[in-house]
Amino acid sequence: MSNKNLKYLTGPFSANNPVIVQILGICSALAVTVKLEPAIVMALSVTAVTAFSNLVMSLLRNGIPSRIRIIVQLVVIATLVILVDQVLKAYVYDVSKQLSVYVGLIITNCIVMGRVEAFALGNSPWASFLDGIGNGLGYGLILVIVAFFRELFGSGTLFGFRIIPESWYLAEGGFYSNNGLMLFPPMALIIVGCIIWAHRSKNKDLQEK
Amino acid sequence: MELNLFIRSIFIDNMVFAFFFGMCSYIAVSKSVKTALGLGAAVTFVQVMTVPLNYLIYTYLLKPGALAWCGYENVDLSFLTFIVFIATIAAFVQLVEMIVEKFSPTLYSQLGIFLPLIAVNCAIMGGSLFMQQKVDAAEMTTVWQSIIYGLGSGLGWWLAIVMMAAIREKTNYSHIPAALKGPGIAFIITGLMGIAFMIFSGIQL
Repeated sequence: MSNKNLKYLTGPFSANNPVIVQILGICSALAVTVKLEPAIVMALSVTAVTAFSNLVMSLLRNGIPSRIRIIVQLVVIATLVILVDQVLKAYVYDVSKQLSVYVGLIITNCIVMGRVEAFALGNSPWASFLDGIGNGLGYGLILVIVAFFRELFGSGTLFGFRIIPESWYLAEGGFYSNNGLMLFPPMALIIVGCIIWAHRSKNKDLQEK
Repeated sequence: MELNLFIRSIFIDNMVFAFFFGMCSYIAVSKSVKTALGLGAAVTFVQVMTVPLNYLIYTYLLKPGALAWCGYENVDLSFLTFIVFIATIAAFVQLVEMIVEKFSPTLYSQLGIFLPLIAVNCAIMGGSLFMQQKVDAAEMTTVWQSIIYGLGSGLGWWLAIVMMAAIREKTNYSHIPAALKGPGIAFIITGLMGIAFMIFSGIQL
């Protein structure tokens, strides 16, 4: 893999991260982060949809009049999301129930549309595919970080396995209790705010004047 | 029942604070109150039209057993929901754009840039998907209720973005750590507003 292609793949992890730098796709990013498992399933679904919609739109890019491109993009994306939804329902039904409407919302996830508009319409299929994978994983990275904190402090578990011992809890005569606020939506926003804070303190060129 | 649905959809199930719908444009367009008002009005209008439209399509065409009126009781087209909903929304937004451009150029120049964006606003799609959930759970049984729900959720989003814009106009004069300026502080403010909105959660009418 050439250096340029590698950059498409790894750029979105930090310097060009879709969630914390481009501020895209936050809608679904936060609601699915109460537990790690749905967060990872969601990240993989978004990665698949972004990668393949980038690939398809890049293949079609010279045949579509620009006036109707939005509707063509929506049809391609919606078809891919229906496929993902059916696969999730077939293989991981419980997680699909937890994700509820957020699977459908991948259609309007700004990352998917944003990458198609900004990248796939002007680049070759292979580069677009890598860009899609990179952005999907960059999105997944933030999801996993947020879900890690929310699950650990909100429920004391990771992937459903108990991390904080039962004997620490007040009910068992210990000193600890879960932070119930972590399970509510506002904490996801505050955690993302803190991630942005930490990230921009390291990358001073991203800071706003 | 209707009043409960209305109040619930504005305050308790607020699109932004409870479900994070439409966050992308919420963060991007909340820099001044004036533009926030314009976008909020457009979103509310599209929401109040597309939710009932999708309600009719879902109940009479897509729901399992919905085609009973033309003799196909066993057909279940609900897997087509996503693509049909988004097509309705995109077509409706396009239509509104053309009508507004034709009949009110002033309004068009005010809203022009936001209108196409609304098609990919998660709040609109989310409203329709929640409507589908409510229909499946038999919580929503009439078109009237779907109009109320569309209006309430649109107004909730409008309220949120205008409040946010007002706060952000004020924070321009505050000393915020350089790394937190812009989106960082916007996220944290939204989180705090969300905590404030949690006080509505016990209300029953």
